[in-house]
Amino acid sequence: MTAPLLDVRDLRVSFHIRRDGDMPWTKPRELKALNGVNFTLNAGETLGIVGESGCGKSTLARALIQMVPATGKVIWQGQTDLLTLSPHQMLAYRSQVQMVFQDPLASLNPRMSVGSIIAEPLRTHHPELSQAQVKQRVQEMMERVGLLPNQINRYPHEFSGGQCQRIGIARALIVGPKLLICDEPVSALDVSIQAQVINLLAELQRDLGLAMIFIAHDLSVVKHISDRVMVLYLGRTMELAESQALFAHAAHPYTKALLSAVPIPDPVKERAKTMIPLEGDLPSPMAPPSGCVFRTRCPISQDRCAREVPALLGIGHEVACHRVNAATLETV
Amino acid sequence: MVTANLRAGDLSRITDMAEVKGRSLWADARKRFMLNKAAVASLFVLIFITLFSFAGESIAPWTNEEIDFNVIGSADTKGMPSIASGHYFGTDDLGRDLFARSAQGTRISLMVGFVGTFIAVLVGTVYGAVSGYVGGRTDAIMMRIVDILSAIPYMFVLILLLVMFGRSMFMIFVGIGLLSWLGMARIVRGQTLSLKHKEYIEAARASGVSSWKIILRHILPNLLGVVAVYTTLLIPDMIMAESFISFLGLGVQEPLTSLGALISEGSKSIVQGSLWQLYFPLAFFTVTLYAFYFVGDGLRDALDPKDR
Repeated sequence: MTAPLLDVRDLRVSFHIRRDGDMPWTKPRELKALNGVNFTLNAGETLGIVGESGCGKSTLARALIQMVPATGKVIWQGQTDLLTLSPHQMLAYRSQVQMVFQDPLASLNPRMSVGSIIAEPLRTHHPELSQAQVKQRVQEMMERVGLLPNQINRYPHEFSGGQCQRIGIARALIVGPKLLICDEPVSALDVSIQAQVINLLAELQRDLGLAMIFIAHDLSVVKHISDRVMVLYLGRTMELAESQALFAHAAHPYTKALLSAVPIPDPVKERAKTMIPLEGDLPSPMAPPSGCVFRTRCPISQDRCAREVPALLGIGHEVACHRVNAATLETV
Repeated sequence: MVTANLRAGDLSRITDMAEVKGRSLWADARKRFMLNKAAVASLFVLIFITLFSFAGESIAPWTNEEIDFNVIGSADTKGMPSIASGHYFGTDDLGRDLFARSAQGTRISLMVGFVGTFIAVLVGTVYGAVSGYVGGRTDAIMMRIVDILSAIPYMFVLILLLVMFGRSMFMIFVGIGLLSWLGMARIVRGQTLSLKHKEYIEAARASGVSSWKIILRHILPNLLGVVAVYTTLLIPDMIMAESFISFLGLGVQEPLTSLGALISEGSKSIVQGSLWQLYFPLAFFTVTLYAFYFVGDGLRDALDPKDR
């Protein structure tokens, strides 16, 4: 069996928070944004990552490409641990892993023309290309993502949100990456435009054999595009399974609650379904609950949940819950 | 079938289409600036004053150093402005032509303003952008240096410099340039801090663009609007500072002169009744400052339409 494209082991990210007015010698408080996340990603596969705001989705994306300091292992194609690379060594891998951002307009420099925005990664990684070659590549890419190539001299503010996101996708794909990290790429778009962008991403992925990490909080979008889905809560993995399996037979109480909150566009079914309401807010990541981080809001928590951290168990369909039998996926 | 043919036709036409010219934010701003009548008029006034300051001496019948011996000693009666005598703005007590002297003074005042501001823009922008972008301890140390420097009374340092090293144009440039960049550095750093966390900077970092290129390509162009506005408001400040020094009698040395020095001389002549000695330099001074402020306001409105 060939090594997976990306093998993430025990990824941890902590931020050191200093309050205003702290003395210079006061020890900063630690915020654990990611607390031991493991997953693998094969070439051409899409991993969806879902979770509430502040659960570490975006931090995960940024940790993979050394945008925030992280510990653990991020093994690329079974050989290189990306986290051990110096910024200079990392440069070669940056063209392999590209990112699409949440806010389409904010991710484009308003003073640069679309052509030079899309060309920037190309100029960085292939400085040997001539002006004409760069322009040709940019125009080809613009056509590929559904933009008119003759708009190359226009500026971001002259495009709609969906078009801006297409520009962002073109910029990410122009250096021919193997992995595309999409950090909530459609959250800021209208629903009709969301579908267009999702379909474009799916089509590009199929044609170019891209692997994708797709971060979203919209479960229906994730269901549509992902092969596997990972559910995060307070920096820990709650459940990781094939997309079909997860949506059909969610095992973890948190996943069940998330799924029950998805509105169904049919009033009869919507009224008939049972909601599993989540009590309270996400606990502060500065002081996470002991044991299972979800226990404070879990409808089926027990004494044991406060004492022991549940391990992520199971083959194919992994769950981290004391109340779930990892083999049968039944609540016990 | 028909639609498919049509589609194909459309597509070939689309690829044949000429490139559309983009409308950059700069072009937008220029258009808005041009619609601001006060700012455009002020810009023309400034151009006119600059032209006068450089060409004024060559169109005057008298140079700034020549002394009209007919007038000397009785400037208040014979030295008044007149076209016949060739002293369009009159003369001063020594019989020197005020038209030529005003041109010379305006030139030197503008020069002080521009040189001081140039240093401020150059040093302040780079210093502020680096401090803000690098952040952390570097930022803290760099900004404490600025705090310490700006805690030193500005005029006091300038006067001390001029007294210790003698009065010269060079010392004025050094003194003004030394301290004028502090405000600019602060403003630029603040802007950089807010720009730093924009997603397009993150996108550039993620694709491996080096820090220097990010500062040059992404941060500085987005700072330019603020810098341009602050610059136009800084020039009159510099002119004002130099005039104040000159008014105290510490500025540029004769035979050089500046608007401040001319106003200082003119104010002494009030008792003798030769008011033109005060009015002409004062008019150039106020009109220049007003024009700069109007242009600055116009630029601010044009570059940041949301900020009105």
